[in-house]
Amino acid sequence: MANSYYDPADLRKFGNITEWSEELGKKFFDYYGKVFEEGALSAREKSLIALAVAHVVKCPYCIDAYTKDGLQRGITKEEMMEAVHAGAAIESGATLVHGVMMMNKYNKLSM
Amino acid sequence: MEQSILTDIKNAAKKSLKARHNELADTHRQMDILNGGLFADGELPYFKDKIAQTGQFPLKPKKLEILQINVGYMCNQVCEHCHVDAGPDRKEIMNRETMEQCLEVIRNTGAHTLDLTGGAPEMNPDFRWFVEEASKAGIQDFIVRSNLTIILANKKYHDLPDFFKKHNVHVVSSMPHYTRNKTDKQRGDGVFDKSIQALQALNKVGYGMPDSNLRLDLVYNPSGAFLPGDQTALEHDFKKALKEDFDIDFHNLFAITNLPISRFLDYLLASDNYEDYMYSLVEAFNPSAVANVMCTNTISVSWDGWLYDCDFNQMLDLKVASKVKHIKDYNEEVLNDRNIVISQHCYGCTAGAGSSCQGTVA
Repeated sequence: MANSYYDPADLRKFGNITEWSEELGKKFFDYYGKVFEEGALSAREKSLIALAVAHVVKCPYCIDAYTKDGLQRGITKEEMMEAVHAGAAIESGATLVHGVMMMNKYNKLSM
Repeated sequence: MEQSILTDIKNAAKKSLKARHNELADTHRQMDILNGGLFADGELPYFKDKIAQTGQFPLKPKKLEILQINVGYMCNQVCEHCHVDAGPDRKEIMNRETMEQCLEVIRNTGAHTLDLTGGAPEMNPDFRWFVEEASKAGIQDFIVRSNLTIILANKKYHDLPDFFKKHNVHVVSSMPHYTRNKTDKQRGDGVFDKSIQALQALNKVGYGMPDSNLRLDLVYNPSGAFLPGDQTALEHDFKKALKEDFDIDFHNLFAITNLPISRFLDYLLASDNYEDYMYSLVEAFNPSAVANVMCTNTISVSWDGWLYDCDFNQMLDLKVASKVKHIKDYNEEVLNDRNIVISQHCYGCTAGAGSSCQGTVA
C-alpha cells in the first residue's frame, strides 16, 4: 500500500476493477457510459450534475475527473461552482430538514 | 496550480522561448523529453509501436490536398500555448525569393487548399503581394490563419477585412473561449475585446454570415492541460454565446488539441501537468483518427522553404524523409512516396475525435 489511501494515479486504473469480476465490471461500465450519453439531458448538463454529486459524496477521483471533463466541454468555473453549491445546498438541506424530526420529538416529550 | 507559478509562466510568456534562451528553444531538448521519461520507462508506448498495433506503421501520405505555408514566426501576440514560439521578437520571415518558389508550386500543385499561417502572416511585409499573386492561381480554398487582433494592431492593418474579401480569402481565426477571462489568460490581456471587434469588422464586410460564401471559421484550443471536448457541442456553445453577447456570426468551429511541444510543453512541465497530459493523450488514442491525420494530406513549408509533414514537425525541425526537402526542388510525386516522420507529439493528433488544422478528423 502507498502512504496514502488516495493516489491520483489510481484513477487511471479504474477500469482494472473488471479484472476481478468481468461480468459485473463490464455491466457497470456499459451502464456508466450509457448514462452520460446525450439524452433528454445534454452531456454538458450531466457533467455538471456529476460534478455536484462528486462533491456531495466527497469522491476525490470524481472531482478530478469531472473538473477536467467540464473544462473539456468549455464549462466555466462560475458554472462549476454553482453546481457545487447546488449539491452543497441539498446536502445541508438534508441535514437541516431532520431538524423537524428533532422538533417533533422535543415537542412530544415536553409538557 | 499555485498562483505564483501561474504568474511566473505568464510573465515569462511575454517573450518567446528563443528570446528567453529557454532550453526548450532547442528542438533537440524537446525531442529528448518526448522520447524519454514515461516512454523510455515503458509506462507508455511509443507512437510508432502504438500505430504498428493497428498495422498503420509506417504512416504514408495519401493524395496531397493542402499546401500549408508558414510565412514567418513574427507575431503581435505571445500566446502561452503557441507551438510556433511566435512573438514580436521572432525575426524569421519568408522573403520574396522563397515566395516566388512557393508561387511556382502553387500554380502547379494538385492540392485544392492553400493555407497561409505564421506567426501573424499579415506581418510579413510581402504578405499582400503574395496573397494577390497566389489568388491568381485559382486554387479552390485559400485560407489565411489570422489571429484577429492584428486587424486592430495598427492602422495599416485596418483594411484587412476588405483585402481578404477582395481576394476571396477563407479566414480562419483563433478564439480560445467565448468568455473574456479564459481568452485573455491564454492569449494576453485585452485580446478578447480586440478579437470581438475584429470579428465584428469581418462580419460587417460579409464574413461568417449564414448565407455568405465569405468563409469565417474559428479555431478553439483548450486553455490549459486538457483535451478539447466534442467539436459540435463546443461550436453550438460558441455560436450561442457570441451571437447573444456580441451579435457575431461565424461558420464552423475547429477544435484543435494542443500538442506537447514548444511553449505548451514549457507550460506542461512548469505546471507539473506533463505526465498526466501524455497519459490523457495516449488513453484517448483513436486508430480511426490515424487514418485521417493531416500529415497524410498536407505538406508544410517553412519561412526558409524547407518541407515538413506538418506545422508541428516544422517547429521540431523534423524535415520530410524524402529526397526532396526544399521548395526549390519541389516534386509532388517524389514527396508523396515518403514515410511520415513521427514522434510522441503525434498522439496529440490522434486523441479522441482527432485533431488537425481543419479540426476533428474521426
